[in-house]
Amino acid sequence: MAKARLIGDRTNKMMVQAMERRAADVRGRVFQITLLVTLLISLFILGVLIVDVVVDAWGVLTGRPSGFLTGTMRSLSGDPKLGVHQALVGTFWIAVFVAVFAFPIGIGAAIWLEEYALKNRFTRFIELNIRNLAGVPSIVYGLLGLFLFVKSLGGLTGGKSIASAGITLAILVLPIVIITAQEAIRAVPQGLKEGAYGVGATKWTMIRSQVLPYAAPGIFTGTLLSMSRGIGEAAPLLLVGAVSGRLGSNPGFFDFSAINAEAFMAMPVIIVEWVQNSGRDPGFAEAAAAAIVVLLVFVILMNAAAIFLRNHFEKKRG
Amino acid sequence: MSDTRVDSAKGFSVESLTANPRQARKERLIRDSLGATALVSVLISGLIIWSLFSEAWTFMVEVDWGSVWDIGWFPRRGIYDIKTLIVASLIVTGIAMIVAGPLGLGAAIYLSEYARPGVRRTLKPILEILAGIPSVVLGFFALEWIAPNVVKTLFGGPAAGSLLAAGIGVGVLVVPLVASISEDAMKAVPMSLREASSGLGARKITTTIRVVLPAAVSGLMAAFIVAVSRALGETMVVFMAGGAAQTAVYTHDPLEGSLPLTAGMTSLARGTDSVVGEGLTFQSLFFVGLLLFVVTFALNVVADRFVHRVREQY
Repeated sequence: MAKARLIGDRTNKMMVQAMERRAADVRGRVFQITLLVTLLISLFILGVLIVDVVVDAWGVLTGRPSGFLTGTMRSLSGDPKLGVHQALVGTFWIAVFVAVFAFPIGIGAAIWLEEYALKNRFTRFIELNIRNLAGVPSIVYGLLGLFLFVKSLGGLTGGKSIASAGITLAILVLPIVIITAQEAIRAVPQGLKEGAYGVGATKWTMIRSQVLPYAAPGIFTGTLLSMSRGIGEAAPLLLVGAVSGRLGSNPGFFDFSAINAEAFMAMPVIIVEWVQNSGRDPGFAEAAAAAIVVLLVFVILMNAAAIFLRNHFEKKRG
Repeated sequence: MSDTRVDSAKGFSVESLTANPRQARKERLIRDSLGATALVSVLISGLIIWSLFSEAWTFMVEVDWGSVWDIGWFPRRGIYDIKTLIVASLIVTGIAMIVAGPLGLGAAIYLSEYARPGVRRTLKPILEILAGIPSVVLGFFALEWIAPNVVKTLFGGPAAGSLLAAGIGVGVLVVPLVASISEDAMKAVPMSLREASSGLGARKITTTIRVVLPAAVSGLMAAFIVAVSRALGETMVVFMAGGAAQTAVYTHDPLEGSLPLTAGMTSLARGTDSVVGEGLTFQSLFFVGLLLFVVTFALNVVADRFVHRVREQY
């Protein structure tokens, strides 16, 4: 294909030149350069964003990096004990909830849809439903969490707790997990499956021994992407009731009693909180930038790993 | 594993081909539990619709409808002027599309039609990284960089938050979305169309504009609609950089601050305890949410149709 295109282009250019007796295609050049510029603007914005954030965060990050990671929420930005520890713990637990709820259910649903489901109206309805769920604004999931986990099931989840927040975000990323896992499973060659059946495997044995290992990198890429989406989401947490102002308690990472305690903080929310505080105390803008750098390190690493994995396996399998 | 294999000592018989009952039970159990996980998504949709409708219904029954078309959004004073939120949302979305439309489409055409494989391999991942940036980060960027450097310098607006700053921020956020869906649409156009065009002596630019773009138009429409839906539902950028907190008087000036639908909900829900039990404020949250849900749902369904049209064509 690529070769045919090349030849087409070359003959095209030669013919045009021959007919018009003109050396260069000025209009075409301008068009191409305009297109490249639009792409470079987007990349430039990304660059400016990262530089801007890092410059703002520089003082905090180089001044007292470990103090910032272990410190807690304070009312003054100059407080030497100001830091993101509570938010890190909250985000850690949200990640655990996403991994425990969204990954098994999402991958299970994807296996069922690709390997077991009959191609009938009911299956089409479920698939349409999942695509629509993926397009629902995140804040609407926040309303669901507020209504269901905070209000209706408050006794179970502890109300405005990290458990409510974690389950809400697990629900939010579920469609992404399902859709990416489905794509990975769909790409498994039919021959592998038939080979497994041919040596007498049952359906589940076939799935476990052929489909899942082959689809694993794709599924893993999807889980990475959905995890990075989950830990970066702020809107649903604000609705589920992340603390505004200051959070009194400072539980450790493995403090299980804090899971359904009536107060929590998370990385994206602490950023919002500090940005809003920067109106009365400008030093908070730097703290917010530092928190953004911490969050971005996780998110960009996960995204980069996902993109790398996908490209690596795409190339390998041609 | 072992019970699925044929025991070579006993030889091969019909019995070896029929699964043993224990095995069959296990297979059924696995199939049914996987089916149940697929049904979770239906349950979630049901719960979303139920939670939105039940509280929004209370609001619609009990609210004084005069307060829904008033001077501004002051939920704690019982004034729920929905047009303030809708107009602010439309302004932000419009600005976002003015930014994201050309940038996203241009990037997509370049990546799909012009970029050499090597260039594509470097530029595309960077665009995907941009897609992964959390919206709080763009909210911070819109407020701290776009507002003073773009809105104030170029448009003479405030250096603090405004609808324009929020709109540009949301635009940056949806550029990768527009680019990726548009690129998929153009990649789906068969190479033979381009070759036929070149064969007739068309230049690359003519082929791109007159052949590839029209052939991909359904997909481009889908990209545009999905981006509008995403921009309407975007919350953190408009909440942080929209330039209004808690309340807003009606305005249609992009250089002023106001509350789009999502920002109105977020500022109302901040410290949710104060929302519960105060008149209809809690219910108004779900009323606005329902409105947003219905609009984005409709947009997504339409976009889905367009995407399917592309697949059916080629």
